[in-house]
Formats: sequence, C-alpha cells, structure tokens
Amino acid sequence: MADETMEEGGNPTGVVKKFMYVNRRAPYGTVYPLEGLEVVLIGAAFEQDVSMAFVDDGVYQLKKGQDTAETGMKNFSPAYRALEMYDVEKLYAEKESLEARGLTQDDLLVSVEVLSTAELTELMEQQDVILNY
Amino acid sequence: MKFGIVVNEGPYTHQAADTAYQFTKAALEKGHEIVRVFFYHDGVNNGTRLTTPPQDERNIVKRWSELAQQHKLDLVVCVAAAQRRGIVDRDEAKRHGKDADNIAAGFRISGLGQLIEAGVLADRLVAFGD
Repeated sequence: MADETMEEGGNPTGVVKKFMYVNRRAPYGTVYPLEGLEVVLIGAAFEQDVSMAFVDDGVYQLKKGQDTAETGMKNFSPAYRALEMYDVEKLYAEKESLEARGLTQDDLLVSVEVLSTAELTELMEQQDVILNY
Repeated sequence: MKFGIVVNEGPYTHQAADTAYQFTKAALEKGHEIVRVFFYHDGVNNGTRLTTPPQDERNIVKRWSELAQQHKLDLVVCVAAAQRRGIVDRDEAKRHGKDADNIAAGFRISGLGQLIEAGVLADRLVAFGD
C-alpha cells in the first residue's frame, strides 16, 4: 500500500517534481504557517525539488527576534533555521513585500534570495506543484 | 487526467469544502481519476461521523463517505492536523487514551507523506481553501 511505501520517506516512484510552498500569511494569526511548515519538513524526506516563497505578510514568518511568550503561542520560527538540514535550501522572498513592510535581508533569520514579483511569477510557472499556506 | 484533491477548510464554515466535493464528483463523472483526497488544516473536520446537520441541509461528511464507496476513493485525513482538532480513529484513540473515536466511513488517518505522494502521482494537485 502507498502508506507503507511512502510514509517513511524516500522516493520509490523515482519521480522528482518541483514543489513550491508559498507562504503568504503572518506567522501567528492563523495555523496555516505552522501547518505549512510541517508539510515542508515532513515532505523533505521524499526527495523532491523543493522551494519556499515568502510573499505578502508571509515575509513576517522569517522576521528575527520573534517573541510569542505573552500570546501563549509556540514560537516556531527557529524551525526555519533547520530547513537547511532538511535540504530545503531554495528560499525566496518577494522584494515588493519586504519593501512594503520596511524589511530587508538583515531583518530575516535565514538567508533568502530576494526576487521581484515578475521573477517570482516566472519561477512559479516552472513548478509542478504549488501549495499555498 | 489524474487529479489529487486537497481540502483545507472545514465543513459548513467555508465553501471550499463543498467546492472540493463538487469538483471531485464532476471529475469522476467525466471519467477522470482521483488519486487521493487529502484533508488538511480544518479540512480534517470533514471526516467526523458525529456531524449531525439539520435534516433539510446537505450532510457533507456523509456525502464524502458515499462518494468514496461508489468510486473507491482514498480519503486521507492528516494525522497531525487531526490530533490537534480531535479527529481520531480506533487506533489513534487507543494510542492516546481517548474514550471514543469519530472517523467517518471511507476516511482513513495517515501522514503528510500522503499529501506529497498525491502531488507526485497526480497530473494536477488541486487545493481548495483560502
């Protein structure tokens, strides 16, 4: 059964597709960013060509110095630093989204490639699967 | 064409749960293949058999169960999202010491790998939600 072949990871099908995870929401207002990150971390075991894009309020997910102590929420931002260990190395942030929020690369807790909307659009068109969180 | 379906929103609150069903049904009627329907985020709530809507309203959960039976659909509820929201099958209930389970007929609980696999196997992965 599929469950047994793919649940542990690996890539029995041998098919490698381009998966892009698009993160466009602020980190704690909804559960989407946290559960989206869980997909990326679990999905990393399946040997696909993975990238993550951060657009709109999604760029706030990468903001340094997140402190959730008074909200009762778990601060999951350290997990973004672990992405590299999972071989998730293609991280893109949209230039316009960063600028509109007064953010630069220096404000982010991981190194990203900053792309314009047009460049990101082009990259999205090359993807096989886009999951939106 | 082979479609993978992702349902990201709960029943009744959000049209996405209805649209996902209508799309799946229409695709099957047109002769397409549905490799899997994967329920994530609040979408896992589409899989509780304890749903009891008023009698003159559609029963979203039952509708999925019936479609699954007719077409041998693979309806997968994400285990991580399900645990947060209290959707459990017998095994999960036992493992976590719960006094009941609530998974609906035709649904099964499994991991996020099933979502990735659906993306790999399908020609198109279609997600419903915001």
